Amino acid sequence: MTEAAPGAGMRTAFRPVVAQARAEVGMTLRRGDSLLLALGIPVLLLVFFSVVDVLPTGTRHPVDFLAPGILSLAVMSTAMVSLGIATGFERSYGVLKRLGTTPLGRPALLAAKTTAVLVVEVLQTAVLVPVAVGLGWRPGGDAGLAVAAALLGTVAFAGIGMLMAGTLRAEATLAGANGLYLVLLLLGGMVVPLAKLPGALRAVSRALPAAALSGALSGGLGTGHVVAHDWIVLAAWALGAPAAAALSFRWE
Amino acid sequence: MAAIEAVDLVVRYGSTVAVDGLSLSVDPGEVVALLGPNGAGKTSTVESLEGYRRPAGGRVRVLGLDPRTDRVRLVPRIGVMLQRGGVYPAMTARQVLALFAAFYPDPEDPEELIARVGLRGVDRTPWRRLSGGEQQRLSLALALVGRPEVAFLDEPTAGVDPAGRIAIREVVRDLGAAGRSVLLTTHDLEEAERVAHRVVIVAGGKVVAVGTPTELMAAGSRSIRFGAPPGLDRAGLAEVMGAAVFEEQPGEYRVDAPADPAAVARLTAWLAEKNLPLADLRAGRHTLEDVFLQLTSGRSVAETDRERSRRR
Repeated sequence: MTEAAPGAGMRTAFRPVVAQARAEVGMTLRRGDSLLLALGIPVLLLVFFSVVDVLPTGTRHPVDFLAPGILSLAVMSTAMVSLGIATGFERSYGVLKRLGTTPLGRPALLAAKTTAVLVVEVLQTAVLVPVAVGLGWRPGGDAGLAVAAALLGTVAFAGIGMLMAGTLRAEATLAGANGLYLVLLLLGGMVVPLAKLPGALRAVSRALPAAALSGALSGGLGTGHVVAHDWIVLAAWALGAPAAAALSFRWE
Repeated sequence: MAAIEAVDLVVRYGSTVAVDGLSLSVDPGEVVALLGPNGAGKTSTVESLEGYRRPAGGRVRVLGLDPRTDRVRLVPRIGVMLQRGGVYPAMTARQVLALFAAFYPDPEDPEELIARVGLRGVDRTPWRRLSGGEQQRLSLALALVGRPEVAFLDEPTAGVDPAGRIAIREVVRDLGAAGRSVLLTTHDLEEAERVAHRVVIVAGGKVVAVGTPTELMAAGSRSIRFGAPPGLDRAGLAEVMGAAVFEEQPGEYRVDAPADPAAVARLTAWLAEKNLPLADLRAGRHTLEDVFLQLTSGRSVAETDRERSRRR
């Protein structure tokens, strides 16, 4: 090792996180079910409902409504479902326990998992945005707002995924995360506009992070304006869910 | 300074006491086997030393550090083999060793380690498709990849085929020879005898005996057993031997004298004088298994012997 080289200390300090993040991304991209979840289903929904105009989107082109909704779905699938299920199984296989007696440490493991989630989300965006543009989507507004909303949404959904992974059996996390994914897909303003939901259901869904994220993304990438309600709901989940996960997480 | 030290360790799970005032120490370069039946508190002891369990009482130190409060300083210097699992099921030996190697400042070469534990032919097979023995060997390799000063191996050869056992034992003995300290758990007596410098026998969360395998086996050698015609003059022999003589079964005798050559000489001389045949002389030595079974069933060797003679 070249101790004298500038930055060597930093590289040494980050080497475990980088190696772990690479391993996490590699495992996500090699698993068929997580690829289907990350790219297969979002692309399929985006293309199908953009071409087959059956959804009550209320926009002239369905893709204008669908694109931000499907981007929200992509965030939810990676940050909540993929992360939650993978972490749940790592816990049940004793991987988390074993990593506990390596110099990686918990903060570095969390940093690696966060990095891996962001990398996969960037890949999803790199596929979904061109597909949507190809289908006639013309994003406008403020990309910075959209990125901020996506980051808040990522933290919120990751918190929910980790909450399940750290408290439930792996099989229960698998079922629960997939079930929640379907419910939030339908109630989250991703493929069905909130306006079409009956009053009580709409009130519930407006308190959930899925609708707040899709609302913020469609505002941010449309008019360039995000309503305060969406920010508040997203921020509340982004604080509450990870805190609950951190307090309840069982490593074994 | 001891490399590993537990003093009056107590571990509880709710109202169950798993470890009940256990003390042990392992010196640098020493291989110590924690031997005991299932539920004796072996894993709880090891996991307290690894920092996974918070002791309900007592004190644990590894390399002079507290495994929980000094975790960050300690973990780069220890290697851990869990009783089971601990590896990503989809990862191959190469992948997971390369990953773990990146966690340590001066890791072993994964290639060399794969060869050392005998996984050359299956180093590109995902963990979930490895046999139980291959998984154990990979776990061992993972415990060693950071060149640990102290290794904790929880049942390293459980479920391993004979060839794998030999390979694992050789690696463990090499660790001791290289000055590393090893604490391993096992319920296999032969294993303890073969790899350990010292054996700590535990039962019911307590230490019931400590010693080298030889010492432990010799602990029961306070008697001489022999076969001769039934109905010997026991009082006469007792006088010569200066110790009590029992006929445990017709034709099978026990003399409660230390099993040293002088005592054996007096016995054989007495038999020769009387022109009596001698069959199967056994100068005390218990097998480690005798010692283990007697100790872990909560009775000493002496007690068991007394009971045996009382019954007759």
